Amino acid sequence: MEKVINITVKVWRQKGPKAKGGFEAYKLAGISGDTSFLEMLDILNEKLISEGQEPVVFDNDCREGICGMCSLYINGHPHGPDNLITTCQLHMRHFNDGDTITVEPWRSAAFPVIRDLTVDRQAFDKIIQAGGYVSVNTGGVPDANAIPISKIDADEAMDSASCIGCGACVAACKNGSAMLFVSAKVSQLALLPQGKVEAAARAKAMVLKMDELGFGNCTNTRACELECPKGVSISNIARLNRQFLKAKLSD
Amino acid sequence: MYWLLNSSIGRKLIMSITGVCLVLFLLFHMSMNLVLVFSAEAYDMICEFLGANWYAVVATLGLAGLAVLHIAYGTWLTLQNKQARGADKYASSNKTKTEWAAKNMYVLGLIICLGLVIHLWNFWYKMQFAELLHLPDAVSEGSGLVIALFSCPAYSVIYLAWLAAIWFHLTHGIWSAFQTLGLNGRTWYPRLKIISNIVATIIMIGFAVVPVWFTIIGLFN
Repeated sequence: MEKVINITVKVWRQKGPKAKGGFEAYKLAGISGDTSFLEMLDILNEKLISEGQEPVVFDNDCREGICGMCSLYINGHPHGPDNLITTCQLHMRHFNDGDTITVEPWRSAAFPVIRDLTVDRQAFDKIIQAGGYVSVNTGGVPDANAIPISKIDADEAMDSASCIGCGACVAACKNGSAMLFVSAKVSQLALLPQGKVEAAARAKAMVLKMDELGFGNCTNTRACELECPKGVSISNIARLNRQFLKAKLSD
Repeated sequence: MYWLLNSSIGRKLIMSITGVCLVLFLLFHMSMNLVLVFSAEAYDMICEFLGANWYAVVATLGLAGLAVLHIAYGTWLTLQNKQARGADKYASSNKTKTEWAAKNMYVLGLIICLGLVIHLWNFWYKMQFAELLHLPDAVSEGSGLVIALFSCPAYSVIYLAWLAAIWFHLTHGIWSAFQTLGLNGRTWYPRLKIISNIVATIIMIGFAVVPVWFTIIGLFN
């Protein structure tokens, strides 16, 4: 049987980066359980536009959980109450009739609000620019199995590479730390032969940039891994610590 | 060496190394205390050995240095993290199911500091400090001091509460130190969690034996 609910959405509205923001409550009636969370916001925005009001600004792109653009903090959780999904994959069937749903932007000093629910996540791009790439020429595509890579390393690198850079780790962290993101980006390269060459320099450069941009110090609360839509593990953080310390000690 | 000051992982390295040293000290201190349950004479011999002798004073200074570094870096990191979090708080709070101790390490640390002040006043001041400065408060027989204090149940309760705070602090602190040192991974995380809980529990029970034992003896006398 189809679930249809009436809800109140409490949304953070803020005109610009410097403007003072506040919550606005909007009532929505007859929302189907099969509606995705972002479709619910589309319905709200159509309603606002038809009433001559400003629509709610929020980030979104692929709407299938792979681009990392959507970024809403819903009822105390980044990407909402469901596990291992992004906001765009969240459906209204997870809410009940009469619920008040609080929707906030990511909160972190390194992610300033641009407008309403949209935050500036360029800090992540700057960290990648600091070293999240392979700059050595690795030649053309080699024959399969020409470079032996163990299944364990291949799987681990693949798991690290599943990070979509959405920033939920920073949003969930009480310290505003970006360690899960940085460690995943370091690990996905450091575990493979092409990326190993620059592993030490990469770890140092990316951590330096992360600290410079004002992200906090990790205190191992594990909030990041518990809220990560891709289930990226804190074993990546241990690997980053290990690589960074090794690199510094061999300097 | 500047990276120990100006990089996040460097600062955390200091936290983890001082933390591990302090845990090792707790294990040593606990073993020493347990001697009292078996023999007051042997305990007094240890007290004399660790009194106003040069090696004991050097070790005390080293230990104080570790504690000061751990507290200073903890405070510094906490202040930086508050700033990194930003002024705006979540209206819907944070409902991530993290462990309570992990999120309250600094508060637990403050409670432990408070307990430490009482503890140093109760014992260290009379056992080593007063002896060093030849003050009249100096007590030569440590066993009498301990037994007298813990025959008052109120003190035992304060010490047990203090031990509970230390237990919570250590259950997160021990595995967390290994994680920061990079000595962790998918396989070792669950093992280190169990090891942390076991070590923290051994320390708590080992320390609790003395106040509980002498409170019971005090009640029956």
